[in-house]
Formats: sequence, structure tokens, C-alpha cells
Amino acid sequence: MRRCIYINDSDLTLDLYCDNRISNRKYTLLNFLPKNLWEQFSRFMNKYFLLIACLQLWPLITPVNPASTWGPLIFIFAVSATKEAWDDYNRYLSDKQANEKEVWVVKQGTRTRVQAQNIRVGNIVWLRENDEVPCDLVLIGTSDPQGVCFVETAALDGETDLKTRVIPSACAGITSELLHRIKGVIECPYPDKDIRRFDANIRLFPPFIENDLCPLTINNTLLQSCYLRNTEWACGVAVYTGNETKLGMSRGIPEPKLTAVDAMIDKLTGAIFLFQLVVVIVLGIAGNVWKDTEARKKWYVQYPNESPWYEFVVIPLRFELLCSIMIPISIKVSLDLVKSLYAKFIDWDEEMYDPDSGTHAHATNTGISEDLGQVEYILTDKTGTLTENKMIFRRCCINGVYYGNETGDALKDVELLRAVGCNCPEVIKFLTIMAVCNTVVPLKSKNGEVCYKAQSQDEEALVLAAGRLHMVLVDKTGNMLQVKFNALTLQYEILDTLEFTSDRKRMSVVVKDCQSGKIILLLKGADEAILPCACSGQQIRTFVEAVEQYSQLGLRTLCLAWRELTQDEYHEWSLLFKEASGTLVDREWKIAEVCQRLERDLEILGITAIEDRLQDGVPETIDILRRAGINFWMLTGDKQNTAIQIALSCNFISPEPKGQLLLIHGKTEEEVSRSLERVLLTMRITTSEPKDVAFVVDGWALEMTLKHHREAFTQLALLSRTAICCRVTPSQKAQLVELLKRCDYRTLAIGDGGNDVRMIQMADIGVGISGREGQQAARAADYSIGKFRFLKRLILVHGRYSYNRTAFLSQYSFYKSLLVCFIQIFFSFISGVSGTSLFNSVSLMAYNVFYTSIPVLMNVLDKDLHEKTVMQHAQILYYCQAGRLLNPSTFAGWFGRSLFHALVVFIVTIHVYSDERSEMEELSMVALSGCIWLQAFVVTLETNSFTLLQHLAIWGNLVAFYIINFLVSTIPWAGMYTVMFRICGQPAYWVTMMLLVIVGMAPVLALKYFRYTYRSSTINILQQAERLRAPYLPLGNMESQSRTTEKEVIPMSITLPKSRNSVYEPLLSDSPSAIRRASGVSASFDVFNASPSRLSSTYSRNYKSN
Amino acid sequence: MNSSGATTSSATSGPSDTVAPRRNSKRPKYSKFTQQELPACKPILTPGWVITAFTLIGIIFIPIGVASLLASRDVVEIVYQYETECIPPNARNNKLGYIQDPTTNKNCIATLTVPKRMEAPVYVYYQLDNFYQNHRRYVKSRSDTQLRSPTNENDTSACDPEDNTANGSPIVPCGLIAWSLFNDTYAFSRNNTTLNVNSKGIAWKSDRNAKFGSDVFPKNFQNGALIGGAKLDPRKPLSEQENLIVWMRTAALPTFRKLYGRIQDDLEANEKLSVQIANNYNTYSFGGKKKLVLSTTSWLGGKNDFLGIAYITVGGLCFFLATVFFVVYLFKPRPLGDPSYLSWNRNPAGH
Repeated sequence: MRRCIYINDSDLTLDLYCDNRISNRKYTLLNFLPKNLWEQFSRFMNKYFLLIACLQLWPLITPVNPASTWGPLIFIFAVSATKEAWDDYNRYLSDKQANEKEVWVVKQGTRTRVQAQNIRVGNIVWLRENDEVPCDLVLIGTSDPQGVCFVETAALDGETDLKTRVIPSACAGITSELLHRIKGVIECPYPDKDIRRFDANIRLFPPFIENDLCPLTINNTLLQSCYLRNTEWACGVAVYTGNETKLGMSRGIPEPKLTAVDAMIDKLTGAIFLFQLVVVIVLGIAGNVWKDTEARKKWYVQYPNESPWYEFVVIPLRFELLCSIMIPISIKVSLDLVKSLYAKFIDWDEEMYDPDSGTHAHATNTGISEDLGQVEYILTDKTGTLTENKMIFRRCCINGVYYGNETGDALKDVELLRAVGCNCPEVIKFLTIMAVCNTVVPLKSKNGEVCYKAQSQDEEALVLAAGRLHMVLVDKTGNMLQVKFNALTLQYEILDTLEFTSDRKRMSVVVKDCQSGKIILLLKGADEAILPCACSGQQIRTFVEAVEQYSQLGLRTLCLAWRELTQDEYHEWSLLFKEASGTLVDREWKIAEVCQRLERDLEILGITAIEDRLQDGVPETIDILRRAGINFWMLTGDKQNTAIQIALSCNFISPEPKGQLLLIHGKTEEEVSRSLERVLLTMRITTSEPKDVAFVVDGWALEMTLKHHREAFTQLALLSRTAICCRVTPSQKAQLVELLKRCDYRTLAIGDGGNDVRMIQMADIGVGISGREGQQAARAADYSIGKFRFLKRLILVHGRYSYNRTAFLSQYSFYKSLLVCFIQIFFSFISGVSGTSLFNSVSLMAYNVFYTSIPVLMNVLDKDLHEKTVMQHAQILYYCQAGRLLNPSTFAGWFGRSLFHALVVFIVTIHVYSDERSEMEELSMVALSGCIWLQAFVVTLETNSFTLLQHLAIWGNLVAFYIINFLVSTIPWAGMYTVMFRICGQPAYWVTMMLLVIVGMAPVLALKYFRYTYRSSTINILQQAERLRAPYLPLGNMESQSRTTEKEVIPMSITLPKSRNSVYEPLLSDSPSAIRRASGVSASFDVFNASPSRLSSTYSRNYKSN
Repeated sequence: MNSSGATTSSATSGPSDTVAPRRNSKRPKYSKFTQQELPACKPILTPGWVITAFTLIGIIFIPIGVASLLASRDVVEIVYQYETECIPPNARNNKLGYIQDPTTNKNCIATLTVPKRMEAPVYVYYQLDNFYQNHRRYVKSRSDTQLRSPTNENDTSACDPEDNTANGSPIVPCGLIAWSLFNDTYAFSRNNTTLNVNSKGIAWKSDRNAKFGSDVFPKNFQNGALIGGAKLDPRKPLSEQENLIVWMRTAALPTFRKLYGRIQDDLEANEKLSVQIANNYNTYSFGGKKKLVLSTTSWLGGKNDFLGIAYITVGGLCFFLATVFFVVYLFKPRPLGDPSYLSWNRNPAGH
């Protein structure tokens, strides 16, 4: 079935389709509560707590007041529901803003202004320049006489170059007045999310009927959220509206990412749950046995002789409830809280602020900061990520004369300026090629300035440079091109554009000089593609030398050439070219062959050298992160040579003696497989040597290996610390991420362009660089940063701290819950295994939610090592990667500690408060305050750095405990009325507390000291080094400072030279779309990315032939 | 999305100009907190610090331990276990039958010798062993609201099975705790003169004032078929039934003492006290012990050596640890923070 849309006919299509109301909301007012609750209860922990809370409603078994579970549970639910509601409200506001935006729509033959949400399918929508497209439209008219308009699709696919859209041929030539009354029918498929396909037909009704049926493609559409650019107006018929647009359909809710730490916590929770079950079963059986053997003798208990059928589960269930606090209800809330603070710290970080673009780092996903500290693999894009993607024209060699060698900038070279000034013909020709031979679109802004839209950064650089040398590309309308040279305006007619392909490695245009009528071929391309075509007489040695010289400087070189054509030659060739362009089979190859005929006997004019600088600090960043044990893979759409060059210049791989590059290549499947085997073998041999081995694979070989030799490739991936994958497609990037994830590695993908989005979404952590290729990657990513160099701070500082803090927080949460729970279990042994709770409900609730969570929340300020130390000894990240701070064995340590502390508290309390003092309320408060004191000292001992806030939280919490309990003790109807005053008035209480703290903490301190000094971990050593040698920490120390070892004094700042490495890249075009085309992804890709020049040239040809 | 796309650059002006105005607005606010740069002190466990700490603990703990031990030793305590003694030898093979037989005379006389001079007030306790006042079924079986005010007389839902009488009227005070009230009594005499035991003010003042109403009178108490413990005088309000109030403060341990009264006279050493015990309370069915305790008190409480011994032991252990650490530190010093200990400095290949 397809949908039929009657253009501009409200009677026929009124109610069939939804209106244009956009809704990104998850909830409505009505379904918020049930839906949100359902979502929350889909988590295991919440189900568990709900079960416990429900069981507590049964008075026979509940040891405490049900409020002690219901309170926190409702609080927790309220917090997350509020957060959801707030997010949803913001989404509602932004939807509302979009929905209420006013647009021009034709109603009853007149243009009226309506709100965007009221657009119906079939309406004709008018757009002005720079308007956002409100829904998916089929273009039917533009201000351009040829029916062309330009759109920016950045919001859709992240590409910022302008795309050309044309009206369907059926609508050609309809004046804007007639467009108001146009009628017709569009037959189109049901809404889908494919933004590269639109297979539809349009048929206009009389009097517009031209031919029966006119096919529509994606090139005839304006999709929602695109911007109309460089076109005065355009109008179209709404085909998909509201959430049924292509954008709306492709909007999916991404899967929530689970960090390794979360997974570990879940695992530990599961283990604790099992332990709890064992305890419950054992105590339940023991309780039943005790009941039958002992309790029946106790006449004062009056056990009834006949009991209900469920009697045997009562005691186990009581213990289940008593032990339910083993799994801390507060852990989820605490973790969410600290996690959002970690994210805020990232947002706030001044050192990750990029002054060039004015962006600061941003954590979109607030839940996965710990994972940053556990990254094992980084998969990085190249262009725009490692490099600045900012091409700058630096030097040139014209006719054997070098410009820019002295100053480093040809535009400031006096010689060149003088040559331009005196109209030196070679230089003028050179500049003409720079300005004309490209696919750049000049845009005139209102104040007369000219902006350029270019797909290729290189071309833009050339045009800009030519402009600075007074050859300004002013205007390009259709096939007419205006260049201003000094005061002169030169006009050129573009006859043909011979496109760049990766095989030809060059592009050229055929233009007609309107002044002289001469037909000229202008050419630019890689030296190896152009120099062989030089005309026989020309000396090319100087150019070869120039190319060599420039590439050694790491500049990207282009060779410019020129040839005058005779009329006849051109016409003869033009026919061939048209024929080749019209073929259906092997079109590209045939065109290349035809072009070859023209591109010969060239007059080489010179060489340009363009710089694409590495971003600041890239080599250092890679070096530090590699030292941190992170493996780097570079995934680029670029050529192998370029990729290797960049890899070398940014410390990615080491040059020959130290490092070794292994290539996986081959034309056929067998060759690839043999090559893979060989590389794998070499890799296995060299793993024993301390050698830096990397493998290089290109897109084709990668496809083969992924398809047929996945196993072998996985092994290779495990062996190699570095890999370079060139000419890979976005989906291959994502496949590689998936491959590494399968091997249980934590992966981080970093990129800046739309082509990295899939890899970013696939990886455990996606980092986007908010760069020059648009915001698409940054928006899809979990973290967005301004520059690649911030990655080291993101991982080593934020990731590491987050991991450390969460590791402590989560284990501590279990520790304190277990502590109380163990005391309850011990107490059950002296209370006839009957499931009596020692602590009262208020204390239990406050203990978990309040007393023990505030000090530990302040732990988000804890820093075990100074940031500088971490940067210097990046290897320390290994602790996080290997999960050394949160794993079953560290957890066992905490488990043991809580058991020990529970024993201490219990034994001391029942011995001091025995005989005449063994009153229940008193004893319970003594035991509780013992727990509070111990936990305060545990937090103190485990804190590495104390800020004022932490002191305040730890000791203030202790004071708050007493204040709160004193307050509760003044309430006459409370169970503990006056209890706190009584016990605090006795010296025995304070003596007991002191004993508890020392007995509980002294062994822990002694053990920690022993480990710290004699079995020091790397972190400990660095802490000591930092403390004893760092001049910036002026606190006094008992330890004599003189015992400083002379072996190695650690310099406390990184003083690596700030080198500005440039990149040698002998490739013509480096833009993402060029990459995609070069690697030959798919035809449908090409249609969407069709450059304006190609389209305009085809259309200009059509125009001419008409 | 910024309307001037990212690849757009002006032909005449550099890209830096366009960014300049928004730089300041987007820049994160600087504060020591947001930058995680709050001034912090980072104590590390240096040998000096740790050894000093342990020594200090030793220095503080041993005197406190000695003081507590002395205080505990100063307390004079007479403990008389009587659950067997008070049963006539011929009835000792059926203690349960003896105690449950309402017709037998359960009085017995015991003579206690005061070992040391006991200064007034001398506290008289009864001690029960193996009595689970903390049993869940027992500890919950009370109604605090009912005890507080006569209006809540019917609030007996928690008191099962001693909530209402057979005809449905509420028992005051209800519940197992009150029902099982201890009913042994002691009468002391010295040189054939009665020694007065003051049982006023033995309960917590707060309990008398706030928890047990002065207008709540016992009702239907111990009227059922099964008699638990002591009966209460229905004319006295609960706030004056101090034995009940003491009993209702449930003990957390199965062995506990409860205050019976105070002897306001000094007892001289080697004095003989004669006690007439009414041995009514049934501890025989579960093998519980009953003890009569006379004790003075110190600043730390009753006779309890635990604190003293614990303090001295902990103090000694801390001294020992300090010494061990010191010796180890002297003979096997280890430079702190020596980078040569770093794993990657030892092994160039990495981890």
C-alpha cells in the first residue's frame, strides 16, 4: 500500500494522516504515573525492594515498621520520577517551540501564516532563505529559474556542505502565482526512516498536466529539520508530517549503556542476595528447631499448640525481612547522585574548555563516567579528530619559483605579491586555477561579503588563498562563474566538470573564457596523476623536487596544470563525454577513459602546499594514553599512505627499528587470507619482544577478513596494541567496535563527523569532537569535547577519579548495610532465633538513608593522587582498567571488615551492657552509635584527601546523629524517650565508644599501614612520592624530608615540547563525502551526497541541450 | 545548530572573529569546587605517624583500663542463687510440680554474709538466666498506648494472646510481658530487725511520668484460666506499680538483672543478712536460674571487669604493635615513595 496525497486539497486528505505536531515526549500527564512506575519496576533491585516492602505489611512477620522500607522506596521512586518528569517537561517545551513556530502555508488559494503543528499532509508550505523545514516536503517550486535550491542537512546526517535539491520536471516553469492553485496527486510509500530514498510519483491535474507521471527521488524532497540556504524561497507539498517524517521515524531511544562497574555491582548484589538466601534458610531452620525444642518450654511465650499451615515459613520470612537491608536501598540513589556530579565536573572543567571554538566539554550521558577509567581500546577517526581539519594554504611553487619558503606563508611572501601585482602570466594562470577549478559554492551575505561552502577543505583553502591574492571567486550561478581580479571582473562559463575520483586522483573543469572566448582545461590533482601527462617539452624535475620538499615538511601537495583547447577538439570530445555520461554500465570507468583523452599535453603550472595541522597536543595525548595501557586503533576513510604518515607523526606507531608495520592486503580473498595468516604468525613471534607492532588493513581486506576469517582477525586484534584501518566505511567502523566489544574489552570511540556516528553509538563510550564537520557526532556521543587532547584529561582524571570514587562508594554501601545486618543476625542468636530486630524502625531507616550516606557522598571530592601525578604516571590507569579497586576480592575484604566490625560492636556492647543494664532500647542505641562511630572512622581511613567539606560531612554527620537522637528522645511517645539522654549521661557509654572505635579500627589501620609501607601498591608509592617530594604541598610531615632518594626525582610538570606537527597527505580530497565515494559504499549513498557541482553541471547540460 | 555552518568561513575575516562574542558566555564558571581543586590535606601513613598513634593509644588506654578495673573491683556484690536452694530437698525431683502447686508454702530463708562494707544505697536485684525477654513473640506483646491513657483501654491488638478476657473485655495491662510479671519477693532482716527495702523510684522517672498513666488502673489482670506471674493491686495506678514498670523495660539479653529495691542503710563487713524469699516464679519448666543480687555501684556501673580488661588488653596490644612497627622500621627501613618500586620502572616491557 502506498499513500496518495492530493496536493492542496483539504477535502480529500484532511483526516487520513496525522498533523504536524512533533512529540518527543515519553509520557503524557495521564500515563506518566503508571508508565514510569512500570519502567522503574522493570529493574531487579526495585522489584526486590517492592517485594520486601509488601512482605512488611504482614504484621506477623515484620520485624520493623513497614515505613522503614516504604519511606526510602517512595523517596527513591519520587526522585527518579521527578528526574524523568523534568526531562520530559523539557522535551515538551522544545517540542512546543517547534510546533508553534509560524510558517507560510497556502490555504484556500492564499498564503497564510499558521503554526507549524497545523500543517496537514497535502498542504503547500512556503519557505524563505534560512528557514527550517517544518516537515517532509516534495519540492515544487523555488526562486531559482532552473528549479534548484540548496539545503543544509546537518541536523539529519551531520554533513554541513550544501546539498542541491531540484523540483521535479513536471513542475518546471510554473510561476509562483500558479503554484498557489496547483493541484495534483503524489503517490508515495508509507513513512519510513530511510533518509536516502524516496520512491514516489507525482501527477499534476489540469491545467498543469505535462506528462502523465513524473518520478520523484530524494533529490526532489526537503526533509524536516534541514535548512534552506542560498535560495530566496522554495515551496513544497507536505508528504510526511509530525512524528511520521523521516527524521521522526529514525529517532530512536538509544539503549541505555551499562558500565563495567555497574555490571560488577549487579554481580556483587546477586552474590549478596544468594548469601542472604543462605542466611535466611539456615536461620529459618534453626529458628523453627529452636521454637519446637525450646520455645514451647517457655511458658511466658505461650506458643499455641496448633498452628496455621504457613507456620513453618513465618520465621524464615522474618529473617528475610531482617536481612533485606543487606542490599542497601540507598545505593542506587547514591550512585545516581554521584554520577551526575561526575558529569557536572566534566561540564565544569576549565581545562577542557576549548577557547578556539568556545565549547566546553559536555557529558550527555551522565551514567557512564566510571567506564572512562576502564577504557582498554580507543578507536579514533583521523580527519578532524587527530587533525584540525583546517586546511591552510602555506606554500607554492610556480613555474619553478618557490614562494613562502622564507616566511612559511606564501600569502605573505613579497615576491609572490609582486608577481601578482605585475600580472606575471604564469602566476595569473595559477591563481585562476585555484579560484575556478573546484566545486566550491560562493555565497553572498547581505553585507556584501562572500562566504564559501565547500565539500573539500582543500578546495576551500585554495579559493580563500586565491582571494587573498586578489583573485576572488565572487559568484557562481548555474554554469556562469564570476571572478574578480583586482578591479577586473572576469566571467567564465563552465562547460564540463570532470569529477574527482580516487582512481583518477585529479579533477578538472573545462571553462570558456567569456572575454577571449578561449576554451581552457583547468586541472588539479596528485602529482603522480598529473606530472606524467605533462606536455613533452616541459621540465618537470623542479616540480618533482618541490613535491618532495613539501611532503617532507608534512604538507599536502596538489599539482596544478592548464591546457588550452581548440573549439573543434572540445566539441569532438564533448560528444564522447556526453555519450560516456549516459551509459548505464561501467559509467565511471568510461568517463575516466574519456577524460584521459583530454587531460594530456598539460602545461604544469606549479605545486600548492596545504597544511592540515595535527591538533595541539595530539602526539602527547596518544603517548600518555598508550602508556596508560590503552590500545589505539585508527579507523579512517583515508588512504593507507596518508594514514600511516599521520600515525607516525602522532606517536601512533614507532618508526622502523622500534616499531614494525604489518600489512594485510590483497586483491582476492585468498590473497587476503594468506596475508592475514602471515601477519598473525609474525605477530605471535614478536609478542615476546618489546617491539611496537601494528597492523594495517584496508577496507576491502577488512571486509574479506570480517566475512571469512573473523576468528583469525579477532586473534590478531587481541595480539596487537595498535592497528590502522584505512578506507573503512562507517558500518565497518561500527563492526570493528563490535568485534572488540565481543572480546570483552571496554571500547571508546572518538570521532567528529557524521560518518563516525555509528561507531560512537556502538562503543561502550562514544566521544564526539564538536568540530568543523558539524555537531552530529557530538550529539550522538556520550561525551563531547572540543579537542582531541582533552581526551587524556577525560580518561585519566575524570574517568579514573570516577572509577575510584564509585568503587569506594558502592563497596562502602554494602559494608555499612552488612554491618547492621550482621549485628541483627548475631542478636538473633541470643533472642531465641525468633527474628527480633535489635534496632528500632526509625534508626534502621535513618541509618541507611541518612547517617551513613552523607559522609560517603562527600567522597566525590576525594582524590587519591594529584592530577599531575596521574598524567605523569599514566600507567596507574592499569588499576582501573583491571578493575583492581572493585572486584570480588576487594569486596570480600569489605565483607570481612563488616563481619569483624559487627562482631566487635556486638561483643563489646553485650558485655558492657549486661546484667542490670541490658535494657533493649539502651543496648540498641549503644550498638547503633557504635556503628555510626565506626563508619565515620572507616570513611576517614579510606579517604585520601580531606577537604573542608569532607571533614564537615564526616564529623558533622556524627554530631547530627546525636542531635537527631536527642531530639527523638524528647518525644514522649517515641520508643526511645529519654534513652539517649540516659546513656549519654553515663561515662560507661563514652568509654564503650572509645573501645569500639579502637578495637574496630586499630587492626584495620595496622593492616593498612603494613600494606602501605611494606606491600605498597603503585598508587601508594605515588602518594608517598607526591607527599614527600612535591613542593606544592607545603604541609609538614613527621617523616624526615632528607631521606629523599636520589635515584629519580620526579618532575612535577609535563614539559614536552609543543610541537606543531603537520601532516603529509598526498591526496586530493579529504572530505568525508569524498572518502565515502572513494571507498565505494553504495550507490544510494552517492545520490544523497551528490555535490552541488555535479548536479548543477548535469542540469546545466540538460538546459543547454533543451 | 549554528546557522553559519562549521565549514563556512568568511573570505575576508578569520574564523576567530565569529567565535569571539560567545566565548565568555559559554565558558564554565571557575570555582575551586567545580574544578575539584578545593584545598585538601592528604595525610599518608608514615611510620612515624602510625607508631606515634599506636603508642598514644597504649598510653591512654592502659590507665583507663586500670581505672575501670579498680572501679569494678570496688563494687561489692553478693549473689545468691536460690532456684534450687529454695525448694525443699524432698520436692527437688519434681520442681515443676512443686512450683505449680498453689497450696505449697513457697517461702524459704537464706542467710547472706556481707564480704565487705557496702555503703548505701545497696541495690537489690533479681537476676534471671535463660529468660528470653527479647523473644519476638514476647517483646511485641504489649500495648504502649493502653498503658499511657485509659481512653486507649481497648487498644490491645498487639497483645495477643493476653489481650482480652474470655468475655471480651480488655485486660489492663495487656500482653505477655505484663502477664508474666516476676513475683518472687524478698524480705531482708539484719540481727532480727527488718531491713527496709525501698522499692520507690526503682523505675525510670520518664516511664512513670510519661509511659504509664497515673489514671490507668489494672483491670481484669491475671483473671484468666492461666495465671502467669504476679498480680497487681487494682487500686494503684500503673504509674505507681514500679515493679511492673521495671519488668516492662524488656532486657535485650537472656541473662538480666532487674532492680527490686534499694537498701538505704550501710551494710558492714561480715554482717549476716537473713532473707525471706517467696519463691513463686516458675523458671523450672525451662531450666532458668534465679539469683538474688545485692550490689553497690561505681562511676562505671556495677561489677563488670570487661571494660577494664578490654582496655588493658587493647592498650597492651597497641604498645606491642607500636614496638613491632618501630623495630621493623629500624631494621628494615623502606624509603617511602621510591619510584624504583614502580612496576613500570622495574619492568620496561610494561605490566
